[in-house]
Amino acid sequence: MSKKNIEHIIELSNELRWQIGDDFHDNLTEGIYADAANIVRDSVQTEKGKKRFRLDSKIDKIVTSKTFGFPIMFLILGVVLWLTIIGANYPSSMLANLLLDTIHPALKSGASNIGMPWWLDGFLIDGVYLAVAWVIAVMLPPMAIFFPMFTLLEDFGYLPRVAFNLDNLFKKSGAHGKQALTMSMGFGCNAAGIVATRIIDSPRERLIAIITNNFSLCNGRWPTQILIATIFIGAVVPSSFSSVAALLSVIGIAVLGMAFMFLTSWGLSKTVLKGEVSTFNLELPPYRPPRFWRTLYTSLIDRTLIVLWRAIVFAAPAGAVIWLICNIHVSGDVSIAAWLIDSFDGFGWLLGLNGVILLAYIVAIPANEIVIPTILMLTVLATGMSGGEGAGVMFELDSISATGDVLRAGGWTLLTAINLMLFSLLHNPCSTTIYTIYKETKSAKWTAVASILPVILGFIVTFLVAQIWRLF
Amino acid sequence: MQTKVVKSACETCAHFNAEGLKKLGIHAENFDFVVALAGNPNTGKSTVFNALTGLRQHTGNWPGKTVTRAEGGFQYNEQKYKLVDLPGTYSLLSTSTDEEVARDFLLFGRPDVTVIVADANRLERNLNLVLQILEITDKAVLCLNLMDEAKRNSIVIDQRVLAKDLGIPVVATSARYKEGIPELIQTISEVANGTIVCKPHRIKNVSPNIEKAVKKLSKEIEKEFPGIANSRWIAFRLLEGDSQIIEALKTGELV
Repeated sequence: MSKKNIEHIIELSNELRWQIGDDFHDNLTEGIYADAANIVRDSVQTEKGKKRFRLDSKIDKIVTSKTFGFPIMFLILGVVLWLTIIGANYPSSMLANLLLDTIHPALKSGASNIGMPWWLDGFLIDGVYLAVAWVIAVMLPPMAIFFPMFTLLEDFGYLPRVAFNLDNLFKKSGAHGKQALTMSMGFGCNAAGIVATRIIDSPRERLIAIITNNFSLCNGRWPTQILIATIFIGAVVPSSFSSVAALLSVIGIAVLGMAFMFLTSWGLSKTVLKGEVSTFNLELPPYRPPRFWRTLYTSLIDRTLIVLWRAIVFAAPAGAVIWLICNIHVSGDVSIAAWLIDSFDGFGWLLGLNGVILLAYIVAIPANEIVIPTILMLTVLATGMSGGEGAGVMFELDSISATGDVLRAGGWTLLTAINLMLFSLLHNPCSTTIYTIYKETKSAKWTAVASILPVILGFIVTFLVAQIWRLF
Repeated sequence: MQTKVVKSACETCAHFNAEGLKKLGIHAENFDFVVALAGNPNTGKSTVFNALTGLRQHTGNWPGKTVTRAEGGFQYNEQKYKLVDLPGTYSLLSTSTDEEVARDFLLFGRPDVTVIVADANRLERNLNLVLQILEITDKAVLCLNLMDEAKRNSIVIDQRVLAKDLGIPVVATSARYKEGIPELIQTISEVANGTIVCKPHRIKNVSPNIEKAVKKLSKEIEKEFPGIANSRWIAFRLLEGDSQIIEALKTGELV
């Protein structure tokens, strides 16, 4: 093989391309289709007169109809969330009992028996162990319920119908209709959603999908939403409606996230990521009855355990950091944590939040799921309340109402709760997601945009809500 | 004298060789053959992949589930096969990331056998990709999957005519229920070992002036790279002005 001959081939191809004209691609495609039609004519026989896929198309007519499509979508989302909220309660408290109330004291007494120095014992058991235990107790049950249900829906074939329903909205916001699929994946985990954007062909629309994926409430944030909604939103209505009110407010936040996703997509496609909306074919696959046990098994292995493992890997060092900043003192007996909370308080007040929440969000960048325990622990520290286990110890309170008491003692109002829910929706992605964005885009610039844009939106939204709230 | 206990009629069939089969999961080192798994989205490629390797990759019922390459392996009659599950694509002619992953592997990964998984219910649409793949490789097996659904929809496919027209062996499967998998494995091994020789279909219905140009160009390519299997496909791509293929030709990656 010689260079000269290769050049000759390329030159020849350029020449021939000129001769055959520019309908080559269409001609070739038509040729392939004609061949396919010929082959099928000779080998495939379908029963004449019989209408195919009848049940499928009947279901499709309902779930993708203009009238019922959206209500059915929200109903399904509502049922999945409802089952997750209700079902996760019991295993969660059982795990908390075991890991926090039984094993933790046992470890502590074991450590003191062998004469472990207080700082090592605190660092390892009160920092690292408790952070990990909390993440398992809080995250594992909802994930073990949410992911299999989501996977069952996926196997049944519902997701492409969601994409079909949302296609028009995406088109209007200048984004790709397949973003509906990546958005749905984001409801489980944003990092997974961002990897899934590979199904979007055009780089422009793929970037939009990556940047806006964070507006899908991820699994690490659902528990925060559910807990805060139960404590504060549920409390303002009569108790018989409280869980319905909590559920509706969580769905409200999720829908608001979708609204932000459309708005941001629209904004991006009108400014920095201008371009045509590309068309695509979306196949609505036949509904297939999921293989129940197989699905449970694979979703547990493929998703739940992998996501849980990741959370544990990130929670362990975060627990250590929390313990350290609560026990290292800057001046006199003011710890780093207390000093930081104090300096964030003014800005926090402007946003209708407080210094504790802002610090918790910085500490919890690695994993959203440890936000609430961090907030509780820092609140106890800042208000000097008794009830926790001392400086830098993450704990879970025995009941949801006790958690509410701690937060109220920390100066929380309904406004703080609402703004925390909003800020939990609108803040930077977790570090895994940021790293995934970088791996997928290979661009520091877009990674920075995707990380900072949601925080700025969060600041603006919470600031506005706080100011309007205080007017009345 | 010990006689072998025959459990079912299947086991006496030449196509069935359960003892020769060992699923290797992800442990596919020192393999003898590389097998690529290609096909349209949502035809059950991942299910076929799992059935062959014993792995339990999650399979979702939505097009585009597999966005990266998944690899696994199996051993059959003392030979090790590495199986690569490619992202599902409708075509190999455009430039999205998933299509590129699939195309690059077929072109540069040089699989020994390409198993094309097709939905028996939507064969005509699936053939678009099948015919494109047959331009790239000449060692392929068509896995006609989802036969259970086709049966329910009263679709009858004459596999012999289809195999003759396409020039490659055709195996009917219902991978979800593991039906047809032993036959598929047997066929893969026969193609890999050269027992079955394919004469793949070439795209016919193109206008005469294009056909002339393709012939002329592919002849030049064959002169330069004797024995190349996909000269026609390279000619198609060159005529389309595919810069990636031009680059690959220059660097010699194609051969």
